Amino acid sequence: MTAASEAEARIKSFTMNFGPQHPAAHGVLRLVLEMDGEVVERADPHIGLLHRGTEKLIEYKTYLQAVPYFDRLDYVSPMGMEHSYALAVEKLLGIEPPARAKYLRVLYAEITRILNHLLNICAFGLDVGALTPFLWGFEEREKLMEFYERVCGARMHAAYFRPGGVHQDMPAGLGDDILAWCEDFPRVIDAIEELLTENRIFKQRTVDIGRIGIEDALDWGLTGPMLRASGVPWDLRKAQPYDAYESMDFDIPVGKNGDCWDRYLVRLEEMRQSLRIMKQAMAQMPGGAVKVDDRKVAPPPRGEMKSSMEALIHHFKLYTEGYHVPAGETYTATEAPKGELGVYLVSDGTNRPYRCKIRCPDFAFLQAIDFIGRGHMLADIVAIIGSMDIVFGSIDR
Amino acid sequence: MTRQLQELGDHVAASLPQDVIATAVLQGELVVTVRREAVARVLGFLRDDPRCLFKLLADVCGVDYPDRAERFEIVYNLLSLKLNHRIRVKLAVDEEQAVPSVVSVYSAAGWYEREAWDLFGVYFSDHPDLRRLLTDYGFEGHPLRKDFPLTGYVEVRYDEDQKRVIYEPVRLTQEFRSFDFLSPWEGMNHVLPGDEKAKEEKP
Repeated sequence: MTAASEAEARIKSFTMNFGPQHPAAHGVLRLVLEMDGEVVERADPHIGLLHRGTEKLIEYKTYLQAVPYFDRLDYVSPMGMEHSYALAVEKLLGIEPPARAKYLRVLYAEITRILNHLLNICAFGLDVGALTPFLWGFEEREKLMEFYERVCGARMHAAYFRPGGVHQDMPAGLGDDILAWCEDFPRVIDAIEELLTENRIFKQRTVDIGRIGIEDALDWGLTGPMLRASGVPWDLRKAQPYDAYESMDFDIPVGKNGDCWDRYLVRLEEMRQSLRIMKQAMAQMPGGAVKVDDRKVAPPPRGEMKSSMEALIHHFKLYTEGYHVPAGETYTATEAPKGELGVYLVSDGTNRPYRCKIRCPDFAFLQAIDFIGRGHMLADIVAIIGSMDIVFGSIDR
Repeated sequence: MTRQLQELGDHVAASLPQDVIATAVLQGELVVTVRREAVARVLGFLRDDPRCLFKLLADVCGVDYPDRAERFEIVYNLLSLKLNHRIRVKLAVDEEQAVPSVVSVYSAAGWYEREAWDLFGVYFSDHPDLRRLLTDYGFEGHPLRKDFPLTGYVEVRYDEDQKRVIYEPVRLTQEFRSFDFLSPWEGMNHVLPGDEKAKEEKP
């Protein structure tokens, strides 16, 4: 053997930089991969390129001003983020939103879930080579964002779920349009499924790729569809129901193998279940107020402010000083589309949160990529990232 | 529910009398305060004990209380899927001391501890890979400490002459304004002035 070829044989692993500007990195992920040929030996994600200091900023804002920051965490499922925060503040305040607000939240939480899963499934398909579902999915996403816009005025950064209820009631006619959409949408799911589920290329890229068992999934703190794909029927909507989920009838899809394909299938089925919940929420939705009847927390109606001095004072105080939250702390979690989104909120009795830690599900997912991706090919890392449903707004915060 | 949690707290306290300082149920959530050195043992117990089975470490985070002797509080939020309970484990630590890492108990703790180190400067001993996580490469300071200014110390911009991104001290065209809207009127206080004795008059 010559000296040159001997040296060549000795050099084994090399380091490769993946991202931060790579379309398959789903944002600004910089992944440093130690590779042996085409096999990944170690994956070291470098995150924080989108770190905006949300938790620090929230400490300098009133409780109400903190709401919009949550939209900007996981920007593909904005209302799912607000939900945990609204519930956490309500818990510390000791208030409960009126029934209609609860149903509106459930309705929009499920719209958000479909919004999120559509993006994930379609972008996942795109990552492994299927372009068409992406185009179809985005058409539906646009319709859903229209429902967002009609209820709160913004397509994405909604600030709709607020402590004490929701910002405003649905405008007339929106309910019928949502129901009509619910009737139409299964057709789109079927069409996407037709292109992906049994597709030979798609299956070759996803089946048995990125498997994770139950014990490992729990050890790595995985929640949501990632955990359910491994075979744990754990869903906070069932296990620790909040808002109106107690009265909803739906199933929890679980996977068997915990691979990329199962995660895709779980999300697909969750969209169908979300449709079921949406229809039930629309059918059962009671009338009445959409925020608590407490002027110390929820602002008075606009019309009242024109004639009532007291209403005007309340409005002014709420939007300058805000409300005081009794001292205490809570860890409140909801089943966000990606998994358990927890808000650990510490209040010191003033009008600003003392500490607000946001526990994002995909933070734990990305951490586990070293464990899941080890021994896979480089191309499989792309499939694993796609199946994990990571969004950097919420990982980096 | 509260009684169940209280029993669980008593069980934990009775099983680890040397390690548990206090247990309490606050806002319907079980909080266990432990000695710093024993945290890995306590979490290991909570994970494996058949009456606990907190298999999932949801979160680890720091909280800064500058007025306390041991200014940081490290908070572990655990979830038991089997019992459908949550538990919060807390410990106190200051800038000099180290918290034993719990990566050997929960793999998920790795990044959460890195984050706490990055943002609060709490050192975790025996952590396999304690690097900064969220802040920039070469960042100095620990931004979530209460004495770290909101605007930070440096800002970056692209320099046309040097053809690269450079760091400069933060320059604010307008001084940072932190409005203090706190007033003697209590936002959520429903007792009207003069009504404090309303309840006492009844008997």
